[in-house]
Amino acid sequence: MPTTDDRVDDRTVRPGAGPHRVVIRFAGDSGDGMQLTGDRFTAEAAAFGNDLATFPSFPAEIRAPHGTLAGVSSFQLHFADHDILTPGDRPDVLVAMNPAALKANVGDLPAGGVLIVDTDEFTPRNLTKVGYDGDPLEDDSLASYTVHRVAMTALTTAALAPLGIGKKDAERSKNMFALGLLSWMYSRPTEGTERWLREKFAKRPEIAEANVVAFRTGHAYGETTESFAGPVAVAPAVLPDGTYRQVTGNTALAYGIVAAGQRFGLPVFLGSYPITPASDILHELARLKRFGVTTFQAEDEIAGIGSAIGAAYGGALGVTTTSGPGISLKSEALGLAVMIELPLLVIDVQRGGPSTGLPTKTEQSDLLQALFGRNGEAPVPVVAPSSPADAFDAALDAVRIAVTYRTPVLVLSDGAIANGSEPWRLPRAADLARTPVIFQTEPNGPDGEFLPYARDPATLARPWTVPGTPGLEHRVGGLEKADGTGNISYEPDNHERMVRLRQAKIDGIEVPDLEVDDPAGPDGGTADVLVLGWGSTYGPIGAAVRRLRREGLTVARAHLRHLNPLPANTEAVLERYRTVVVPEMNLGQLAFLLQGRFARPVTSVTKVAGMPFGAEELQELLRPHVSPSASDLIGVRR
Amino acid sequence: MSAIDLGMPILGGLDLVPTAEDVQKAKDFTSDQEVRWCPGCGDYAVLAAVRSFLPTLSIRRENTVFVSGIGCSSRFPYYLDTYGMHSIHGRAPAIATGLAVSRPDLSVFVVTGDGDALSIGGNHLIHALRRNVNMTILLFNNRIYGLTKGQYSPTSEIGTVTKSTPMGSLDHPFNPVSLALGAEATFVGRAMDSDRKGLTAVLEAAARHRGASLVEIYQDCPIFNDGSFDVLRRPDDSEARVIPLVAGRPITFGTDGRWCVVRRGFGLQVAVTADVAPDDVVVHDPANLELAFALSRLSDQALDHAVFGVLRQVQRPTYDDLARAQVQQAVDGGGGETDEDLLGLLHGKDTWTVRDGSVLPAAGAAGAGA
Repeated sequence: MPTTDDRVDDRTVRPGAGPHRVVIRFAGDSGDGMQLTGDRFTAEAAAFGNDLATFPSFPAEIRAPHGTLAGVSSFQLHFADHDILTPGDRPDVLVAMNPAALKANVGDLPAGGVLIVDTDEFTPRNLTKVGYDGDPLEDDSLASYTVHRVAMTALTTAALAPLGIGKKDAERSKNMFALGLLSWMYSRPTEGTERWLREKFAKRPEIAEANVVAFRTGHAYGETTESFAGPVAVAPAVLPDGTYRQVTGNTALAYGIVAAGQRFGLPVFLGSYPITPASDILHELARLKRFGVTTFQAEDEIAGIGSAIGAAYGGALGVTTTSGPGISLKSEALGLAVMIELPLLVIDVQRGGPSTGLPTKTEQSDLLQALFGRNGEAPVPVVAPSSPADAFDAALDAVRIAVTYRTPVLVLSDGAIANGSEPWRLPRAADLARTPVIFQTEPNGPDGEFLPYARDPATLARPWTVPGTPGLEHRVGGLEKADGTGNISYEPDNHERMVRLRQAKIDGIEVPDLEVDDPAGPDGGTADVLVLGWGSTYGPIGAAVRRLRREGLTVARAHLRHLNPLPANTEAVLERYRTVVVPEMNLGQLAFLLQGRFARPVTSVTKVAGMPFGAEELQELLRPHVSPSASDLIGVRR
Repeated sequence: MSAIDLGMPILGGLDLVPTAEDVQKAKDFTSDQEVRWCPGCGDYAVLAAVRSFLPTLSIRRENTVFVSGIGCSSRFPYYLDTYGMHSIHGRAPAIATGLAVSRPDLSVFVVTGDGDALSIGGNHLIHALRRNVNMTILLFNNRIYGLTKGQYSPTSEIGTVTKSTPMGSLDHPFNPVSLALGAEATFVGRAMDSDRKGLTAVLEAAARHRGASLVEIYQDCPIFNDGSFDVLRRPDDSEARVIPLVAGRPITFGTDGRWCVVRRGFGLQVAVTADVAPDDVVVHDPANLELAFALSRLSDQALDHAVFGVLRQVQRPTYDDLARAQVQQAVDGGGGETDEDLLGLLHGKDTWTVRDGSVLPAAGAAGAGA
């Protein structure tokens, strides 16, 4: 099947007849099992060795009214024979399980795209519900697409009739029909899905059987109906050597926390209050008690971080997970953790704001809250993963900073990373070497006394001493500490010194230099323009920059993992470029930060639609800044 | 959802805390920090009682932790030579929960006041109590905000005139003991700051109780609410008001047991002992939640009567014991200890391998991360 946009990176394209990449979007009612279907197709693509990226999109309501636009849930999957960076801008294939799904998604389907619909759901009532005057399957409104009209519900229930299961259960299996059909179209291996279905429904074998039969029926339908071109294959992608699996950002964060506990020899304590889109980290860790992980579902966000602080005081790896509204509530406790200088991991899976905002949609608008959202001078290191798989390394890095410098650390993930998935090159045993934390057990003062606020000269970290250590009894708290003794002090000079010490400790955290991908090369000068991002814009920026370079434009890019402290070479990197463009899913928070810190103008490119930048969209937004002559022609867009 | 009986053994509150080798004294628990409460503050009396009763628990000083919130009483930890945290307003029970769950070898105390525990921190208090986390909560109730200079509190009587309520406060006050019983706290007691003997007895029982213990301590603020409990202190006034409780004993009070407590409808009332049949005098049973609640209602805001002692004490599995048991059960099941276990988790069920530019068939579940 031809793809709508086949501009792939020449270095990674494999010879072969099939398409290099395909984007599929499954769309249906929020009760139709579209997330499950998408997840399963993703697993098939992963098992086949494709590179992939996914973008689930679902309403905040658990079951919005049936058949309405508000209730449409979708899952987009991009799989390829080469390394890809985003879930794809537009689908090549749209599966629409009802009129609402068609109406909400068909605008994204480019001309020539393939549309597969369940005709059984196109009843007058369902059409009226979403405002169709006539049946779009009957008029010529879909003429620019290759439309496959499939009576999925009827075919599924007919196939399941011999099993004697109820009508509702039979109809509920139609998503597996769709999965079977798509699996045939793209030559996906099927054994894994059948095995998975039998495991998932092990307690209800009749339902397992129904789903397997529906899946096979869909597969056979593709095979025996000559209306589908295919099957076609997307060859496996050649990624760097290693063993891979598919992983979502929330799972990777949970695994990173477990790995960090093992690396630093600390039992993990997670205090958390359920909140979208962070709850899956709590769910995942709750299943991993065998690693010595304790999970505590607290009465509120404040108790979530409070209990984690209490656990950290007791010598655990204290963790709390939340989204933006929860960070607002945790701010005061975060300040306490800054004051008492204990390690703490705080994860913010950002979503659209302000207030309750867009619970299931993504945004990067908590950056300045993470950096500055506390009373007083309360510096907190901030680490941002750039993709689902990168979240594992980000968690480990954040815990390294927390335990080395005795400080709370904020990890800024977001909805796109949390629920999106991609191949993850698995760490090896050597990557997980253990370096247990050493608690202070002996007096450290010049006269044999214990000074809880004495500092390591290299890191400025204070000792971590846990209750139960004889002779080192001491008190910590939110009142200003006297340097060294940690006793309450209101002395002006002491406060001045302590504020500056806490800041110096965070400023001195060792983080790797910012690496720049500049096609002009180290010797051949530099490009004029640098595109600088942070967090989940990594993929879209990479894809957009790749496209611009294929147009012959010279553009450099860099991505910040550490937002506080910034890499030591940040200012030097910025100075090398005439123009620095900063794309963000907010109104320019990193741009604001950089301009304040380095007193130089940067160009802000922003989007706050609850959706990531598309590759083509960002390409167009960047082009005027990259190509001055072009900008003169079309005007600068921001 | 299903309920799982973890079959927990019944323990005392301090059973997992290491015992002290040497005899300890009050001065061992006294830190070098200057105490800075106002002259005449009831906190001094409570501090003295705590310093003297802690050694009697015979647990190691370093395994004792005091966590407090914000307010006058929350300075408490600084004055004890134990581990301690002076945290943020209202959150001490939440912090203590994380500590107690993580560390069964610690005796965890929370020091809080009527504003800290019942206003800004009300949510944490009721949840710590219902979960029955092993901690001892000392709630200093002086019916006023002292540290912020004299605003009314959630235990002030209606009509309290303060700087923030010049025409009198409007809100109905909490009865902290009723609130704790409503949250099904497994230990609820009350004592008077100046009653060293009664206070010590209730505190010791609370500390030895496994689970969340709440002890309300009536305490005077000489600056902003002076004399608020004087009717319970002056012998002439207190005789007909103070109702001490002793488990298993008929509830009588006053000189020679002049008054007693009898049933009335669903509640209790005070009667003249000579006027009722001996069998009608209620016998105190700390295991009876309904009785405890009825007793708490006898203690009215006007202090016509005030019940002191242990109102309720029952055994119920504690959250922290159950949480640790779940983790231990999972750890005992294996698969979470070695590097291979961790690699196995990371690998999951479906992996594939790329080598020298080729995709090898699915490797399957593996601990082979090399």
